[in-house]
Amino acid sequence: MGQTIAEKIIAEHARVECVVPGQIVTVPVDMAMANELSAALSIKELKSWGIEKLFDTNRVCLIPDHFTPNKDINAAGITRTVREFANKHDIKWYFEVGRAGIEHAVLPMEGVILPGQIMVGGDSHSCTAGAINCLATGVGSTDIACAWATGDIWLKVPQSAKLTYSGKLPPYVYGKDLILYALKDLGTAGATYMSIEFHGSVFDQLPMADRFTMANMAIEAGGKTGIFRFDEKTKELVESTPRYKAEKPSYKTYDPDPDAVYAIERKYDVSNLEPMIARPFSPDLVGPVSEIKNVKIDQVVIGTCTNGWLDDMIRAAEILKGRKVHRDVKAIIIPGSQKIARQAFDLGLPQIFIDAGCVFSTSTCGPCIGGHMGVLGENDVCVSTTNRNFKGRMGHITSRVYLANTSVAAASAVLGRVGSPVEL
Amino acid sequence: MILKGSVYKTGENINTDVIMPGRWCHLTDDKELAKHCMEDLDIDFHKKIKVGDIIVADDNFGCGSSREVAPLSIKAVGISAVVAKSFARIFYRNAINIGLPIFESPECADATEAGDRLEIDMFGGKIKNITKGKDFAFAPFPPFMKTIIDKGGLKGWVLEKLGKA
Repeated sequence: MGQTIAEKIIAEHARVECVVPGQIVTVPVDMAMANELSAALSIKELKSWGIEKLFDTNRVCLIPDHFTPNKDINAAGITRTVREFANKHDIKWYFEVGRAGIEHAVLPMEGVILPGQIMVGGDSHSCTAGAINCLATGVGSTDIACAWATGDIWLKVPQSAKLTYSGKLPPYVYGKDLILYALKDLGTAGATYMSIEFHGSVFDQLPMADRFTMANMAIEAGGKTGIFRFDEKTKELVESTPRYKAEKPSYKTYDPDPDAVYAIERKYDVSNLEPMIARPFSPDLVGPVSEIKNVKIDQVVIGTCTNGWLDDMIRAAEILKGRKVHRDVKAIIIPGSQKIARQAFDLGLPQIFIDAGCVFSTSTCGPCIGGHMGVLGENDVCVSTTNRNFKGRMGHITSRVYLANTSVAAASAVLGRVGSPVEL
Repeated sequence: MILKGSVYKTGENINTDVIMPGRWCHLTDDKELAKHCMEDLDIDFHKKIKVGDIIVADDNFGCGSSREVAPLSIKAVGISAVVAKSFARIFYRNAINIGLPIFESPECADATEAGDRLEIDMFGGKIKNITKGKDFAFAPFPPFMKTIIDKGGLKGWVLEKLGKA
């Protein structure tokens, strides 16, 4: 029987010829990553279990990014705990604030995770790395503690969903719209426990950034992971990372068999797609942006782990160049990593953002989880390029978040209401 | 093992952001977590719950963030089990790993109302709604998960694997 990408990666790690969905296997993980919030619990658990020694410190990655730069005294305490743990165990892949950014933007771009590998992350959006043809999935802190202690994790082999996108992309339609469209179709539980494989000719028209955006939101359909096939674009990204250049590690890539079995198969023609938007309070309440009329907004957030890639910075600048953010709107732009911020400076993008009246922030998850750097107050309305708009997600429980692509968010910032770039 | 308690009924797509809002995600202490459990859904949740009570929910319970403080807070507040039509993947894993009993039974979720008394035979695969006088089955846990549950969570499995049990 043919195998999907996820089945092949799991079988290879479990050292068996094939696996079947539903089967539970124990596999070695190539990388177990945590941010400061998930790590704090993992560290506490290892201590309570009496475990002093980690299985392999080179397979541990720690990135304080949620409440950093420390938002308050509690956050400062937590990041100190994580730093001390990293130093005690001499963790190679510890990324201090100012030297990295948001975990999901850092891992694949630094080469910490490679194609064909299995990565578990103490954050649900760990599936982002699936864009480079690896099996990356979000887990809790106990799972991370287990992986750090034993090198292994238990996994239920997921069923797979195959989403194929064809056609020619209309203007201002990007990866975010493609995944929001799939969410509208599948719903927030439509791919529960599944590995979502993304296929189709559309991805030849888009940069890697859009693959990351789409893999990032696989979890919003309940997915275990989102995976893309490996191609020249993947190879170029992987082999330009600092770790690859320094170590030249070997890696394997995986394609599904022609007779692989999928629980769900969908074909989407994107040729007539409009930019999409998800209304409060769920990422699957999706429709065309043009259907949202007269919704005044208080804030726009562009960036973070979903849309904080260099291409997003470029798309935001295209809209904001020579324009001003509406007087009633706070526009906050957050690049995914220090590297992306640096590249944005090289292109003169932050200057454009500042001239337009935006905040250009350092990398942080802050506003997306209602942490800091743009928490929403009572009845605030926000257009955000982030991935979740649950009740209270970005602050007060009466606040309302609309999820959209970068160009739509930037256009909305100028318009002062939910709107599309074509209205400018 | 038999679990008994009164039902706290809730809806579908109960996500981990409302179970434990981001603003409390720095907490690791059980007592503190208990105070904020389900706060954005029901501010008085922690006051209403008696030790042993059971949450009964619709589809996709625990969707969203992987934050383990969500199931930890439910356990800390005194909930003995969660019964739902279905669970989101990461929440399911986390609950098994930390030893919070969870059961998938669409029939039970449909027929059960707030305040009903439930009796769950964990390994017998049966939920009894004492108030309504109805029995419901749930699918037994796969052997591997049962092993973890038997050990009270993933800790036992890890210690055994490392020869420290």
